[in-house]
Amino acid sequence: MTLQDLSLWQVGIAALLIVVNGALSLLLKLDLERKLAWASARTIVQLLAVGYVLGWVFSHAHWYFVLPLMIVMTLIAGFAGAGRGKRTYAGQRADSILSIWASSWLVAAVGLFVVIRIHPWYEPQYAIPILGMILGNALTGVSLGIERMTEELTARRDRVEMALALGATRWEAAQGPARDAVRAGMIPTLNQMTVVGVVSLPGMMTGQVLAGQSPLQAVRYQIVIMFLIAAASALATVGAVLLTYRKLFSAEHRFLASRLIERAQ
Amino acid sequence: MMTATPLVQADGIVRRDAGHGTTLLQPTDFALASGDRVAITGPSGSGKSVLLRALALLDPLSAGQVLWRGKTVSRAAIPRYRRAVAYIRQRPALLDGSVEDNLRYPFSLSVYRDARFDRAYAEALATRAGRGTGFLARQASELSGGEAQIVALIRVLQLVPDVLLLDEPTASLDPESTVACEALINAWFDDAATPRAWVWVSHDAPQAARVGKRQLTMRAGVLSERADGLPDAHHDSAPGAPSARGAQVNAHDSAPDAPGVQGDVQDRAPTGIKVSKEATR
Repeated sequence: MTLQDLSLWQVGIAALLIVVNGALSLLLKLDLERKLAWASARTIVQLLAVGYVLGWVFSHAHWYFVLPLMIVMTLIAGFAGAGRGKRTYAGQRADSILSIWASSWLVAAVGLFVVIRIHPWYEPQYAIPILGMILGNALTGVSLGIERMTEELTARRDRVEMALALGATRWEAAQGPARDAVRAGMIPTLNQMTVVGVVSLPGMMTGQVLAGQSPLQAVRYQIVIMFLIAAASALATVGAVLLTYRKLFSAEHRFLASRLIERAQ
Repeated sequence: MMTATPLVQADGIVRRDAGHGTTLLQPTDFALASGDRVAITGPSGSGKSVLLRALALLDPLSAGQVLWRGKTVSRAAIPRYRRAVAYIRQRPALLDGSVEDNLRYPFSLSVYRDARFDRAYAEALATRAGRGTGFLARQASELSGGEAQIVALIRVLQLVPDVLLLDEPTASLDPESTVACEALINAWFDDAATPRAWVWVSHDAPQAARVGKRQLTMRAGVLSERADGLPDAHHDSAPGAPSARGAQVNAHDSAPDAPGVQGDVQDRAPTGIKVSKEATR
């Protein structure tokens, strides 16, 4: 069982499929051609670059190459997690990075060292893709969670202040929006878990099967990954929402609504 | 009754807008003793709400402090302070659900652990406000603005606070609802075994005359005794005041207003704090 190598020509044929999108955009006047071209170019350049970087790191498997790469991946995820939503506050980026970093590395450590038990501890072939998948989902949870939290607090500001004026503690006043925010952040992962294998075949599992591994092994890996992803995105979402809460509510049980600022478009 | 310690006392409190650096409330001393009924009038944007919110400890102070019965309020005691000193906003904020759900809400808070919802009492308050027995079952979303404010008032009054900070509670209400709200608040004041107190911000001069035994005005962040009295705020920051005043007086405030106050205050003989005669309800 050998893997079919793809030549660049074959990739080019697949890339032509983007023409379908372009034609639709022109036909329906969606005005998306430039964005499509840009997105396609990014897909090609980013993935080719990652291919080279990974190829290089895999052949130079030292912790001092693997660890910095993992840190860069984490920081990029952290920055991306903060870049959503109409409203923001000073320190949102730091909150996003902190919650994504702590949750993803904790869960990845459990997955790599306790479940999969890789040797050496930084084995890039496992560590990098698994951390990457965890980061991607934690980032979704964090960005949805923070966005929902700031939106709810803006929309429900009157109620939050009413609760505080009645004598609610800051947590009692904030818990409704915080709950909604955590729920919003965790729903994509929960949806993914309910349809996995039935509606969607996860990329990693597909890849392993294509690479010749038995579907039963691939499925076991996928189950492990799903739970790692679920745990990390839950922790990251809760962490981000709690950090947001601490920034926007002072210990004097005040809602610091003036810290919520409209993001410059 | 021997003690002269006020219920709520503000010592040189200042509020500055963190973003723009404008001063919303100039250094202000203010004392509210039990039995006091204070009315504050003044143009919109002059800082009346800022003062009330500061007294309720809802906004961070730039300087000064607020004392409760002569003592500073620790962080942990702030919910208890707000239970005793209830702030009522102009626009009532109701939760989804029925009127009764709204009235029950405070009892879910830890600060009211020792209290229980008393349906009969809530209904009695509703009746006093001219609302029938079915009122508690109404949906909050179906209430008129006046009814919503009555719910917000009953929600607070059933908790029997010691002090009310009323931020134009009837500003957007029809005359009938205004009468009902005033009746509720007056009854709360009269029912007390120990004297209570309120600070009532109003746009409406006749209402201010009705509800205030002591009349104060707020202009450009400066609180003063109205017309025939001394300025209440003795931190006379005359050099700083004009610039701050220029920065934040609302566009629709007529220009002669601000100097007029200053002139008024300075021209008066120091007759001390005056209690206006028409302050009976």
